[in-house]
Amino acid sequence: MVAVSVSQRIASDDQLARLLQIGIVLEEVVEARAHHHYRGVEADLDDEIEALLADAAEESADHRERLESLIADLGVDSVPFDEIESLVDARYGRTKPEDFDGILYDQLCNEETAYKFYDDLIEAIEASDAEFTIDRDHLLRTLRTIRAEEAEGVSEVTEVMERR
Amino acid sequence: MNTADQYLKTIYVVQEQEDGPASTGSIADALDVSPASANEMIGKLEERGLAEHEKYKGVRLTDDGILRARDALQTYCIIERFLANVLGVEEFRAEARELEAVIDDTVAERLDTIIDRQPECPDCFDPETDACACLEVAMAPVESE
Repeated sequence: MVAVSVSQRIASDDQLARLLQIGIVLEEVVEARAHHHYRGVEADLDDEIEALLADAAEESADHRERLESLIADLGVDSVPFDEIESLVDARYGRTKPEDFDGILYDQLCNEETAYKFYDDLIEAIEASDAEFTIDRDHLLRTLRTIRAEEAEGVSEVTEVMERR
Repeated sequence: MNTADQYLKTIYVVQEQEDGPASTGSIADALDVSPASANEMIGKLEERGLAEHEKYKGVRLTDDGILRARDALQTYCIIERFLANVLGVEEFRAEARELEAVIDDTVAERLDTIIDRQPECPDCFDPETDACACLEVAMAPVESE
């Protein structure tokens, strides 16, 4: 078996860029699934869920742009949205939620997953003493802002789920 | 995936390969750590009921340990597949090893919704190549560098 390194630090620009790309893909998955939910239950979607999904898609697009700007400064390309959308399309049938509760639960998973991802990423960057090409304070500030918005998203979805 | 999970995954693969307990030396070699570090973590896994140490033989995972190890291996397969097939990363094994500590199970589960993993996962894992045996590495649509 090949040796693995037991480390939780981010050691290079390349590794950082790869993790930011994964963040972009996670945001794209949220966006693409939100679009699917619209289409899937189009006729019956109520205003509250519709607004929630629209906000989620918009927020993801905004997060994606901020991550794209960070990785552009690292000299790495983003991951085109249409590629991810087609992958979500191809696999969606197997994992699609069945009803409103399922849609809300899926949305909760999205927000929680994104929160966890940014939280781990921030922790790993904080633990690293690597010098990145981009400004570390700007990087951490951006990621902390995004993390806070994901936390808000979790509260919003939870609140809707508890009320319904 | 945290450090304990990386150890569980490694012990599982070694004990499957050796068809018996995994020696501390093989675990330390596979993880590229000192035997002393490996011993320390094995002690912690024992305290948590995830592994049992057999004197002069080595370490064997308990049923709970095996469950956790298989989850960790599955997460690793997801990361490899995602890197190879979605991002088109050629050095996906090396990168998966670098990234696995930072990618949590819940994150891997979301990535799993866009990859085409086989139902036999993680039994498809091949320790010799450090990759899923079913993984087809094609030229992926997206290349990032």
